[in-house]
Amino acid sequence: MTEAAVQAAAKVSLRGVSKRFETKKGVLEALRPTTLDIAEGEFVVFVGPSGCGKSTLLNLIAGLEQPSEGEVLIDGKRVTGPGYDRLMLFQEHALFPWLNVLHNLEFSLKRKKNLNRRERREVARYYLTLVRLEKFENSYIHELSGGMRQRVALARALAPNPGILLMDEPFGALDALTRDELYIHLQEIWQKTKKTIIFVTHNVREAACLGDRVCVFSNRPGRIKSVFRIKLPRIRMMYDPAVSAEGARVLTELKTEVHESVDPRKSNEKTVNHDRILSLTGHTMGDGI
Amino acid sequence: MVFDRLSELIADHSLPVAIACSLKRLCLGYLITLAVGFVTGILLGWSNWLRDSIGTLLMGFQSLPSVAWVPLATIWFGLSETAIYFVIVMSSVGAVAMAVSDGIHGVNPLYVHAARTMGVRGFGMVRRVVLPAAFPSIITGLKLGWTFGWHGVVAAEMMQALPGLGFLLYMGRELADMSQVLGIMFVVIAIGFLVERLFFATIERRIRERWGLKTK
Ligand SMILES: Nc1ncnc2c1ncn2[C@@H]1O[C@H](COP(=O)(O)OP(=O)(O)OP(=O)(O)O)[C@@H](O)[C@H]1O
Ligand SMILES: [Mg+2]
Repeated sequence: MTEAAVQAAAKVSLRGVSKRFETKKGVLEALRPTTLDIAEGEFVVFVGPSGCGKSTLLNLIAGLEQPSEGEVLIDGKRVTGPGYDRLMLFQEHALFPWLNVLHNLEFSLKRKKNLNRRERREVARYYLTLVRLEKFENSYIHELSGGMRQRVALARALAPNPGILLMDEPFGALDALTRDELYIHLQEIWQKTKKTIIFVTHNVREAACLGDRVCVFSNRPGRIKSVFRIKLPRIRMMYDPAVSAEGARVLTELKTEVHESVDPRKSNEKTVNHDRILSLTGHTMGDGI
Repeated sequence: MVFDRLSELIADHSLPVAIACSLKRLCLGYLITLAVGFVTGILLGWSNWLRDSIGTLLMGFQSLPSVAWVPLATIWFGLSETAIYFVIVMSSVGAVAMAVSDGIHGVNPLYVHAARTMGVRGFGMVRRVVLPAAFPSIITGLKLGWTFGWHGVVAAEMMQALPGLGFLLYMGRELADMSQVLGIMFVVIAIGFLVERLFFATIERRIRERWGLKTK
């Protein structure tokens, strides 16, 4: 395939995208030049050590930040700002505390001009039911548990049916049962709506369960170090041994990365330090009474 | 004594009329304050440059006691209703504008980011996201503005021969009528307290509850 053809096929195209932040302490390199093409309808997962720039990259794709170098293309067009075709599910839920659950969902539907008030409500209720929170439509956000908030945020991001869904560790605060259920829902919705999903997680099994491709990031400043293609049939289950096996492959790769960042001598010093702190704070055995 | 004098004032209607006049002035003046305060506050909240320049000026205004506006108002507007409104607005507008601008400044940028990805921009962002998010801190300034306005209306009325609580205070002093002075002071305190504690404090508490913030 020629380069032009590849470009045309890519829904999201990252071309040498990097990001530096100007901070008080100087320039902080958050993301090294990253190049990646994501096809329409593809489910791509980013995994990597904390602070390697995954959220930063999602912000760049969302158009909330501008890259320091390189460019982000959506359907071949350069991203200059946020667009309604891309919705972001933030690491912190970002639900509005002044609106109840139902109104939070309807908020994201306001831009759908073809919907009238009643249809907006209908769509909002449908997605609330999907995340099993239909009984909480009149609750305010602070009245919900952390996991419930994440589910509302998921429903709010799904409701306008965006072409591209950017998800930043959306399932962190969920119990295992709800999470398994949402993995299935998400895969179903994805298959039905042919969305392009970019999903950030720390959990390699989650990555293997959801992704067509899993991109492993290096330590900060991050870049995509390796890409795994997961060719298991859908809909995948978390406890499927094949998923675990794929997850293990990703984990091996990730582990080399996390370990490289720790100098053995320094880690030794840390141990010494640790003992000293514990003795200072009186956590010695039999010293209690 | 004091209460005898107060019932006399009620009987000859001068007290109810005075209360009605003072409250009417305060309400109208406060509406002007809200309009001016919100517009200024939004502009200040939006632009760092304006905030550094005009915002500092407003802070200075706030340290001026309400009564200090009275001479200026009298010179500019003479003995008139306008002078009273001027004092009310100048006493209270700083508190409202500062609260709106500080509130806007303190809004979690995450809300703005989320709204931007949901297609909100321009004035819709202010109206539907920024102001609601800032509302818990704004309401505190609204309460403060009302209190300052109340101080202002009484102070201004003392200089004007127009019916009002301030004027009754002034008359009490002229007639050396201690009971009237104390009685009116009591009424001023009572009304201020009722509005602040019942009206504003209730709204503030409701809002803080709804927003999931700690109630003070
Ligand atoms: N607005 C900002 N200003 C300055 N530095 C920033 C900013 N946003 C992120 N950073 C820095 O950029 C680096 C990457 O941050 P980012 O949030 O993208 O990490 P992450 O991969 O999402 O980490 P985690 O997995 O912990 O969420 C971090 O070192 C962070 O401190
Ligand atoms: Mg992150």
